Amino acid sequence: MDLQAQVRQAARKLLDDKQVDVVIGYEAADEPLRTTPCFIRDSQEVDRLVWNPFCEHNLAGYLQGRQDKAAVVAKGCDSRAIVVLINESQVQRDNITVIGVPCGGIVERKKIYRHLQGADIREAVLEGDVITVKGPGFSAELKVEDFLAECCKFCSHRNPVLFDIKIGEDVPEVDSKEQYHEVARLEGSSSEERWEFFKKELSKCVRCYACREACPLCYCKQCFTDQSLPAWVGKTDDISDTMAFHIMRAYHTTGRCVDCGNCERACPNDVQIRLLTKKIEKDVKELFGSEAGLEIGEKTSMMVYKENDPQDFIK
Amino acid sequence: MQEQPENWEPRIIAFLCSWCSYAGADLAGVSRCQYPPNIRVIKLPCSGRANPFYIIKSLQQGCDGVLISGCHPGECHYSSGNYYARRRFAIMKRLLEYIGVEEGRVHFSWVSASEGEKFAKVVSEVTEAVRKLGPARRLVKNEFESGATI
Repeated sequence: MDLQAQVRQAARKLLDDKQVDVVIGYEAADEPLRTTPCFIRDSQEVDRLVWNPFCEHNLAGYLQGRQDKAAVVAKGCDSRAIVVLINESQVQRDNITVIGVPCGGIVERKKIYRHLQGADIREAVLEGDVITVKGPGFSAELKVEDFLAECCKFCSHRNPVLFDIKIGEDVPEVDSKEQYHEVARLEGSSSEERWEFFKKELSKCVRCYACREACPLCYCKQCFTDQSLPAWVGKTDDISDTMAFHIMRAYHTTGRCVDCGNCERACPNDVQIRLLTKKIEKDVKELFGSEAGLEIGEKTSMMVYKENDPQDFIK
Repeated sequence: MQEQPENWEPRIIAFLCSWCSYAGADLAGVSRCQYPPNIRVIKLPCSGRANPFYIIKSLQQGCDGVLISGCHPGECHYSSGNYYARRRFAIMKRLLEYIGVEEGRVHFSWVSASEGEKFAKVVSEVTEAVRKLGPARRLVKNEFESGATI
Protein backbone atom coordinates (compact mmCIF):
# COMPACT_ATOMS: atom_id res chain seq x y z
CA MET A 1 0.00 0.00 0.00
CA ASP A 2 1.43 3.36 -0.93
CA LEU A 3 1.89 6.17 1.56
CA GLN A 4 -1.16 8.08 0.37
CA ALA A 5 -3.45 5.10 0.93
CA GLN A 6 -1.94 4.60 4.36
CA VAL A 7 -2.53 8.26 5.27
CA ARG A 8 -6.17 7.90 4.21
CA GLN A 9 -6.56 4.68 6.14
CA ALA A 10 -5.10 6.22 9.29
CA ALA A 11 -7.35 9.27 8.92
CA ARG A 12 -10.43 7.11 8.39
CA LYS A 13 -9.70 5.08 11.48
CA LEU A 14 -9.10 8.17 13.63
CA LEU A 15 -12.36 9.75 12.50
CA ASP A 16 -14.42 6.56 12.73
CA ASP A 17 -13.15 5.84 16.23
CA LYS A 18 -13.94 9.43 17.17
CA GLN A 19 -10.38 9.84 18.41
CA VAL A 20 -10.14 13.17 16.66
CA ASP A 21 -12.59 15.82 15.46
CA VAL A 22 -10.58 16.85 12.44
CA VAL A 23 -7.75 15.58 10.32
CA ILE A 24 -5.54 18.26 8.83
CA GLY A 25 -3.82 17.15 5.68
CA TYR A 26 -3.28 17.97 2.04
CA GLU A 27 -5.69 17.74 -0.86
CA ALA A 28 -5.21 18.20 -4.57
CA ALA A 29 -5.36 21.81 -5.68
CA ASP A 30 -7.01 23.18 -8.80
CA GLU A 31 -3.67 24.10 -10.26
CA PRO A 32 -1.02 21.58 -11.31
CA LEU A 33 2.07 20.99 -9.15
CA ARG A 34 0.20 22.13 -6.08
CA THR A 35 -1.67 20.84 -3.08
CA THR A 36 -3.67 22.76 -0.56
CA PRO A 37 -4.22 22.21 3.14
CA CYS A 38 -7.57 20.60 3.93
CA PHE A 39 -9.60 19.87 7.02
CA ILE A 40 -11.46 16.57 7.03
CA ARG A 41 -14.18 16.15 9.62
CA ASP A 42 -16.13 13.29 8.08
CA SER A 43 -14.62 9.86 7.40
CA GLN A 44 -16.57 9.76 4.13
CA GLU A 45 -14.29 12.43 2.83
CA VAL A 46 -10.89 11.00 3.65
CA ASP A 47 -10.29 10.16 0.01
CA ARG A 48 -9.70 13.85 -0.55
CA LEU A 49 -6.40 13.47 1.27
CA VAL A 50 -3.30 13.17 -0.87
CA TRP A 51 0.36 12.59 -0.21
CA ASN A 52 2.97 13.45 -2.85
CA PRO A 53 6.10 15.58 -3.25
CA PHE A 54 3.92 18.66 -3.74
CA CYS A 55 2.71 18.64 -0.13
CA GLU A 56 4.80 21.68 0.60
CA HIS A 57 2.96 23.43 3.42
CA ASN A 58 3.95 23.09 7.01
CA LEU A 59 0.65 22.33 8.70
CA ALA A 60 1.94 22.81 12.24
CA GLY A 61 0.63 26.37 12.30
CA TYR A 62 -2.98 25.17 12.08
CA LEU A 63 -2.65 23.44 15.44
CA GLN A 64 -2.32 26.65 17.40
CA GLY A 65 -5.24 27.75 19.50
CA ARG A 66 -7.38 24.73 18.64
CA GLN A 67 -9.93 23.67 21.21
CA ASP A 68 -10.83 20.43 19.43
CA LYS A 69 -8.84 17.26 18.97
CA ALA A 70 -6.91 17.36 15.76
CA ALA A 71 -4.77 14.96 13.79
CA VAL A 72 -2.17 16.40 11.48
CA VAL A 73 -0.10 15.00 8.65
CA ALA A 74 3.51 15.90 9.38
CA LYS A 75 6.78 15.57 7.51
CA GLY A 76 10.14 15.64 9.29
CA CYS A 77 10.35 19.43 9.48
CA ASP A 78 6.65 19.80 10.34
CA SER A 79 7.02 17.43 13.25
CA ARG A 80 9.93 19.50 14.54
CA ALA A 81 7.80 22.65 14.30
CA ILE A 82 5.08 20.85 16.30
CA VAL A 83 7.66 19.97 18.96
CA VAL A 84 8.70 23.63 19.20
CA LEU A 85 5.05 24.69 19.50
CA ILE A 86 4.45 22.13 22.24
CA ASN A 87 7.58 23.25 24.08
CA GLU A 88 6.40 26.83 23.87
CA SER A 89 2.96 25.85 25.24
CA GLN A 90 1.18 26.86 22.07
CA VAL A 91 -0.13 23.38 21.39
CA GLN A 92 -1.27 20.80 23.90
CA ARG A 93 0.28 17.43 23.28
CA ASP A 94 -2.84 15.59 24.45
CA ASN A 95 -5.02 17.35 21.93
CA ILE A 96 -3.12 16.38 18.84
CA THR A 97 -2.41 13.20 16.97
CA VAL A 98 0.56 13.38 14.68
CA ILE A 99 0.45 11.26 11.54
CA GLY A 100 4.17 11.15 10.75
CA VAL A 101 5.15 10.68 7.15
CA PRO A 102 8.77 10.14 6.11
CA CYS A 103 9.58 12.72 3.47
CA GLY A 104 11.83 12.31 0.47
CA GLY A 105 11.88 16.04 -0.20
CA ILE A 106 9.37 18.50 -1.56
CA VAL A 107 9.34 19.79 -5.11
CA GLU A 108 9.78 23.50 -5.52
CA ARG A 109 7.23 24.61 -8.07
CA LYS A 110 9.08 27.82 -8.84
CA LYS A 111 12.12 25.83 -9.96
CA ILE A 112 10.03 23.92 -12.49
CA TYR A 113 8.52 27.11 -13.86
CA ARG A 114 11.99 28.65 -14.07
CA HIS A 115 13.32 25.55 -15.82
CA LEU A 116 10.50 25.69 -18.38
CA GLN A 117 10.91 29.44 -18.68
CA GLY A 118 7.53 30.27 -17.29
CA ALA A 119 5.64 27.88 -19.56
CA ASP A 120 1.88 27.57 -19.14
CA ILE A 121 1.68 24.25 -17.34
CA ARG A 122 -1.86 22.86 -17.47
CA GLU A 123 -1.36 19.37 -16.24
CA ALA A 124 1.16 17.49 -14.13
CA VAL A 125 1.16 13.78 -13.52
CA LEU A 126 3.46 12.12 -11.03
CA GLU A 127 4.58 8.58 -11.66
CA GLY A 128 7.26 7.20 -9.41
CA ASP A 129 10.02 9.78 -9.45
CA VAL A 130 9.04 11.40 -12.72
CA ILE A 131 6.69 14.32 -13.17
CA THR A 132 5.18 14.66 -16.61
CA VAL A 133 4.09 18.21 -17.20
CA LYS A 134 1.93 19.20 -20.14
CA GLY A 135 0.72 22.45 -21.55
CA PRO A 136 -0.35 23.89 -24.88
CA GLY A 137 2.11 22.54 -27.41
CA PHE A 138 4.64 21.04 -25.05
CA SER A 139 5.24 18.24 -22.66
CA ALA A 140 8.25 17.48 -20.50
CA GLU A 141 9.39 14.73 -18.21
CA LEU A 142 11.10 15.99 -15.07
CA LYS A 143 12.80 14.12 -12.29
CA VAL A 144 11.61 14.94 -8.77
CA GLU A 145 15.14 14.99 -7.35
CA ASP A 146 16.25 17.70 -9.78
CA PHE A 147 13.63 20.11 -8.50
CA LEU A 148 13.76 19.63 -4.77
CA ALA A 149 13.37 22.75 -2.65
CA GLU A 150 16.63 24.21 -1.34
CA CYS A 151 15.71 23.40 2.25
CA CYS A 152 15.04 19.77 1.31
CA LYS A 153 18.30 19.17 -0.53
CA PHE A 154 20.40 18.96 2.62
CA CYS A 155 17.57 18.28 5.07
CA SER A 156 18.89 16.89 8.31
CA HIS A 157 15.68 15.30 9.59
CA ARG A 158 13.58 13.72 6.87
CA ASN A 159 11.81 11.36 9.23
CA PRO A 160 9.36 12.72 11.78
CA VAL A 161 10.84 13.18 15.24
CA LEU A 162 7.39 13.08 16.86
CA PHE A 163 4.50 10.89 15.77
CA ASP A 164 1.58 8.91 17.12
CA ILE A 165 0.97 7.05 13.90
CA LYS A 166 3.85 6.24 11.63
CA ILE A 167 3.19 5.94 7.92
CA GLY A 168 5.55 3.75 5.89
CA GLU A 169 9.18 3.05 6.61
CA ASP A 170 11.88 5.57 7.52
CA VAL A 171 13.66 7.02 4.52
CA PRO A 172 17.45 7.16 4.65
CA GLU A 173 18.74 10.50 5.91
CA VAL A 174 20.68 12.56 3.39
CA ASP A 175 24.12 13.98 3.91
CA SER A 176 23.42 17.35 5.50
CA LYS A 177 27.03 18.42 5.89
CA GLU A 178 26.69 20.85 3.04
CA GLN A 179 23.56 22.51 4.40
CA TYR A 180 25.36 25.73 5.28
CA HIS A 181 27.33 26.08 2.06
CA GLU A 182 25.47 29.20 0.95
CA VAL A 183 25.95 30.83 4.36
CA ALA A 184 29.60 29.83 4.43
CA ARG A 185 30.14 31.28 0.97
CA LEU A 186 28.73 34.62 2.11
CA GLU A 187 30.73 34.54 5.32
CA GLY A 188 33.83 34.15 3.20
CA SER A 189 33.18 37.38 1.31
CA SER A 190 33.98 40.85 2.58
CA SER A 191 31.69 42.95 4.73
CA GLU A 192 31.21 45.35 1.83
CA GLU A 193 30.24 42.54 -0.55
CA ARG A 194 27.79 41.09 1.94
CA TRP A 195 26.21 44.47 2.47
CA GLU A 196 25.78 45.01 -1.25
CA PHE A 197 24.42 41.49 -1.66
CA PHE A 198 21.81 41.78 1.06
CA LYS A 199 20.89 45.28 0.01
CA LYS A 200 20.12 43.98 -3.46
CA GLU A 201 18.45 40.80 -2.26
CA LEU A 202 16.26 42.45 0.36
CA SER A 203 15.31 45.37 -1.86
CA LYS A 204 13.13 42.85 -3.72
CA CYS A 205 11.00 42.65 -0.58
CA VAL A 206 7.70 44.54 -0.72
CA ARG A 207 6.98 43.94 2.97
CA CYS A 208 3.81 41.95 2.34
CA TYR A 209 4.71 39.93 5.46
CA ALA A 210 3.76 36.69 3.71
CA CYS A 211 6.87 35.12 5.28
CA ARG A 212 5.58 36.03 8.71
CA GLU A 213 2.10 34.70 7.99
CA ALA A 214 3.46 31.46 6.54
CA CYS A 215 5.83 30.76 9.42
CA PRO A 216 4.29 28.18 11.75
CA LEU A 217 6.27 29.63 14.63
CA CYS A 218 5.21 33.26 14.21
CA TYR A 219 2.31 33.44 16.62
CA CYS A 220 2.66 36.68 18.60
CA LYS A 221 -0.74 38.27 19.07
CA GLN A 222 0.79 41.55 18.09
CA CYS A 223 3.80 41.40 15.84
CA PHE A 224 6.59 43.94 16.34
CA THR A 225 5.94 45.15 12.80
CA ASP A 226 2.40 46.14 13.74
CA GLN A 227 3.28 47.92 16.95
CA SER A 228 2.93 51.65 16.89
CA LEU A 229 4.10 52.43 20.41
CA PRO A 230 6.99 51.93 20.11
CA ALA A 231 7.09 51.69 16.32
CA TRP A 232 10.02 49.31 16.04
CA VAL A 233 10.01 49.15 12.28
CA GLY A 234 9.26 52.11 10.06
CA LYS A 235 6.62 51.64 7.40
CA THR A 236 8.66 53.15 4.58
CA ASP A 237 10.20 51.32 1.66
CA ASP A 238 13.61 52.58 2.74
CA ILE A 239 16.06 49.67 2.56
CA SER A 240 16.98 50.38 6.17
CA ASP A 241 13.43 49.63 7.33
CA THR A 242 13.19 46.53 5.16
CA MET A 243 16.46 45.28 6.57
CA ALA A 244 15.41 46.02 10.14
CA PHE A 245 12.28 43.95 9.50
CA HIS A 246 14.22 41.03 8.09
CA ILE A 247 16.91 41.12 10.76
CA MET A 248 14.32 41.03 13.50
CA ARG A 249 12.04 38.53 11.84
CA ALA A 250 14.96 36.17 11.44
CA TYR A 251 16.21 36.96 14.92
CA HIS A 252 12.87 36.00 16.42
CA THR A 253 13.34 32.50 15.03
CA THR A 254 16.65 32.04 16.88
CA GLY A 255 16.88 28.50 18.17
CA ARG A 256 13.33 27.83 16.96
CA CYS A 257 13.53 27.77 13.18
CA VAL A 258 13.24 24.24 11.83
CA ASP A 259 14.04 25.27 8.27
CA CYS A 260 10.80 24.03 6.74
CA GLY A 261 11.17 26.68 4.02
CA ASN A 262 7.61 27.94 4.37
CA CYS A 263 8.76 31.59 4.49
CA GLU A 264 10.75 31.42 1.30
CA ARG A 265 8.01 29.46 -0.46
CA ALA A 266 5.44 32.08 0.49
CA CYS A 267 7.56 34.95 -0.79
CA PRO A 268 6.06 36.40 -3.96
CA ASN A 269 9.34 38.03 -4.92
CA ASP A 270 11.73 35.14 -4.34
CA VAL A 271 13.72 36.85 -1.62
CA GLN A 272 16.20 34.34 -0.22
CA ILE A 273 15.00 34.75 3.35
CA ARG A 274 16.45 31.45 4.45
CA LEU A 275 19.96 32.89 4.13
CA LEU A 276 19.27 34.76 7.37
CA THR A 277 17.52 32.03 9.34
CA LYS A 278 20.08 29.51 8.20
CA LYS A 279 22.91 31.72 9.45
CA ILE A 280 21.28 31.95 12.87
CA GLU A 281 20.68 28.20 12.90
CA LYS A 282 24.36 27.67 12.17
CA ASP A 283 25.46 30.07 14.91
CA VAL A 284 23.14 28.51 17.48
CA LYS A 285 24.62 25.13 16.68
CA GLU A 286 28.17 26.46 16.86
CA LEU A 287 27.79 28.58 19.98
CA PHE A 288 25.26 26.72 22.07
CA GLY A 289 25.26 23.28 20.49
CA SER A 290 21.50 23.05 20.22
CA GLU A 291 19.08 22.32 17.43
CA ALA A 292 15.42 23.26 17.37
CA GLY A 293 12.48 20.92 17.82
CA LEU A 294 14.13 17.60 18.47
CA GLU A 295 12.87 16.80 21.94
CA ILE A 296 9.74 17.52 23.89
CA GLY A 297 10.46 19.39 27.10
CA GLU A 298 13.60 21.00 25.77
CA LYS A 299 13.70 24.79 26.06
CA THR A 300 14.69 26.82 23.05
CA SER A 301 18.22 28.15 23.04
CA MET A 302 17.31 31.75 23.96
CA MET A 303 15.32 30.65 27.00
CA VAL A 304 18.25 29.02 28.75
CA TYR A 305 21.91 29.75 29.34
CA LYS A 306 25.08 28.06 30.40
CA GLU A 307 27.59 29.71 32.66
CA ASN A 308 30.34 28.95 30.19
CA ASP A 309 28.63 30.23 27.06
CA PRO A 310 31.18 31.69 24.63
CA GLN A 311 31.91 35.34 25.35
CA ASP A 312 35.06 36.14 23.44
CA PHE A 313 33.20 38.98 21.71
CA ILE A 314 32.70 40.79 25.03
CA LYS A 315 35.36 43.18 26.25
CA MET B 1 38.11 53.08 5.47
CA GLN B 2 36.05 55.85 4.01
CA GLU B 3 36.93 59.50 3.86
CA GLN B 4 35.93 61.28 7.00
CA PRO B 5 34.20 64.61 6.95
CA GLU B 6 35.95 67.48 8.65
CA ASN B 7 35.39 67.85 12.37
CA TRP B 8 33.46 64.62 12.45
CA GLU B 9 33.17 63.05 15.86
CA PRO B 10 31.70 59.60 16.39
CA ARG B 11 28.33 59.49 18.10
CA ILE B 12 28.14 56.41 20.26
CA ILE B 13 25.15 55.27 22.23
CA ALA B 14 25.85 53.30 25.39
CA PHE B 15 23.27 51.16 27.14
CA LEU B 16 24.55 50.59 30.65
CA CYS B 17 23.17 48.36 33.34
CA SER B 18 22.30 50.47 36.36
CA TRP B 19 23.92 48.18 38.93
CA CYS B 20 27.38 47.65 37.46
CA SER B 21 28.36 49.54 34.35
CA TYR B 22 26.44 52.72 35.14
CA ALA B 23 28.02 52.74 38.59
CA GLY B 24 31.35 51.98 36.90
CA ALA B 25 30.86 55.01 34.67
CA ASP B 26 30.06 57.03 37.76
CA LEU B 27 33.23 55.84 39.42
CA ALA B 28 35.22 56.75 36.32
CA GLY B 29 33.86 60.28 36.68
CA VAL B 30 34.45 60.50 40.42
CA SER B 31 37.98 59.15 39.97
CA ARG B 32 38.56 61.76 37.24
CA CYS B 33 39.50 59.16 34.63
CA GLN B 34 39.77 60.68 31.19
CA TYR B 35 37.74 59.17 28.39
CA PRO B 36 36.39 60.48 25.09
CA PRO B 37 33.16 62.47 25.38
CA ASN B 38 31.59 60.63 22.43
CA ILE B 39 29.23 58.41 24.31
CA ARG B 40 25.63 59.13 25.22
CA VAL B 41 24.58 56.98 28.13
CA ILE B 42 21.21 55.36 28.55
CA LYS B 43 20.64 53.66 31.87
CA LEU B 44 18.91 50.30 31.86
CA PRO B 45 17.90 48.18 34.84
CA CYS B 46 19.92 45.26 33.49
CA SER B 47 21.83 44.30 30.35
CA GLY B 48 19.12 41.68 29.94
CA ARG B 49 16.70 44.56 29.50
CA ALA B 50 18.43 45.65 26.32
CA ASN B 51 16.15 44.59 23.52
CA PRO B 52 18.28 43.67 20.49
CA PHE B 53 16.01 46.09 18.68
CA TYR B 54 17.77 48.91 20.55
CA ILE B 55 20.88 48.17 18.51
CA ILE B 56 19.05 48.14 15.19
CA LYS B 57 17.08 51.26 16.02
CA SER B 58 20.22 53.10 17.13
CA LEU B 59 22.04 52.22 13.93
CA GLN B 60 19.01 53.17 11.85
CA GLN B 61 18.78 56.56 13.46
CA GLY B 62 22.39 57.37 12.73
CA CYS B 63 24.44 56.30 15.73
CA ASP B 64 27.97 55.55 14.59
CA GLY B 65 28.47 52.98 17.30
CA VAL B 66 26.61 51.08 19.98
CA LEU B 67 27.97 49.85 23.29
CA ILE B 68 26.07 47.58 25.63
CA SER B 69 27.58 46.95 29.00
CA GLY B 70 26.50 44.95 32.02
CA CYS B 71 27.68 43.09 35.07
CA HIS B 72 30.28 40.35 34.87
CA PRO B 73 28.86 36.82 34.63
CA GLY B 74 27.83 35.68 38.06
CA GLU B 75 27.42 39.21 39.36
CA CYS B 76 24.06 40.15 37.89
CA HIS B 77 21.80 41.91 40.36
CA TYR B 78 18.95 39.80 39.05
CA SER B 79 21.21 36.74 39.12
CA SER B 80 20.89 35.71 35.46
CA GLY B 81 19.95 38.71 33.27
CA ASN B 82 23.40 39.07 31.82
CA TYR B 83 23.60 35.37 30.91
CA TYR B 84 20.50 35.70 28.77
CA ALA B 85 21.84 38.96 27.33
CA ARG B 86 25.09 37.24 26.41
CA ARG B 87 23.28 34.64 24.32
CA ARG B 88 21.13 37.23 22.60
CA PHE B 89 24.03 39.47 21.71
CA ALA B 90 26.25 36.63 20.54
CA ILE B 91 23.63 35.85 17.89
CA MET B 92 22.76 39.47 17.12
CA LYS B 93 26.38 40.57 16.68
CA ARG B 94 27.08 37.74 14.26
CA LEU B 95 23.86 38.38 12.36
CA LEU B 96 24.57 42.09 11.98
CA GLU B 97 28.08 41.45 10.74
CA TYR B 98 26.77 38.78 8.39
CA ILE B 99 24.27 41.15 6.86
CA GLY B 100 27.04 43.66 6.27
CA VAL B 101 27.19 46.03 9.23
CA GLU B 102 30.90 46.67 9.75
CA GLU B 103 32.69 44.78 12.48
CA GLY B 104 33.40 47.33 15.18
CA ARG B 105 30.11 49.23 15.19
CA VAL B 106 28.54 47.19 17.93
CA HIS B 107 30.38 46.44 21.15
CA PHE B 108 29.71 44.61 24.36
CA SER B 109 31.52 44.73 27.66
CA TRP B 110 31.33 43.63 31.26
CA VAL B 111 32.20 46.48 33.62
CA SER B 112 31.59 46.18 37.34
CA ALA B 113 30.85 49.06 39.72
CA SER B 114 34.44 49.03 40.94
CA GLU B 115 35.99 49.18 37.47
CA GLY B 116 35.99 52.89 36.72
CA GLU B 117 39.30 52.62 34.93
CA LYS B 118 38.10 49.72 32.85
CA PHE B 119 35.07 51.75 31.84
CA ALA B 120 37.29 54.59 30.65
CA LYS B 121 39.44 52.10 28.75
CA VAL B 122 36.43 50.42 27.13
CA VAL B 123 34.99 53.75 26.00
CA SER B 124 38.35 54.82 24.56
CA GLU B 125 38.68 51.54 22.66
CA VAL B 126 35.14 51.70 21.34
CA THR B 127 35.52 55.31 20.27
CA GLU B 128 38.77 54.54 18.46
CA ALA B 129 37.27 51.53 16.70
CA VAL B 130 34.27 53.56 15.55
CA ARG B 131 36.44 56.51 14.56
CA LYS B 132 38.45 54.20 12.30
CA LEU B 133 35.27 53.05 10.56
CA GLY B 134 34.07 56.58 9.93
CA PRO B 135 30.46 57.79 9.97
CA ALA B 136 27.81 55.08 9.78
CA ARG B 137 26.24 54.78 6.33
CA ARG B 138 24.89 51.26 6.19
CA LEU B 139 21.55 50.64 7.82
CA VAL B 140 21.09 54.38 8.41
CA LYS B 141 17.64 55.45 7.41
CA ASN B 142 17.85 58.06 4.68
CA GLU B 143 15.40 60.48 6.18
CA PHE B 144 17.53 60.68 9.28
CA GLU B 145 20.61 61.23 7.21
CA SER B 146 19.06 64.15 5.37
CA GLY B 147 17.83 65.66 8.62
CA ALA B 148 14.12 65.34 7.85
CA THR B 149 11.79 63.88 10.45
CA ILE B 150 9.21 61.15 10.14
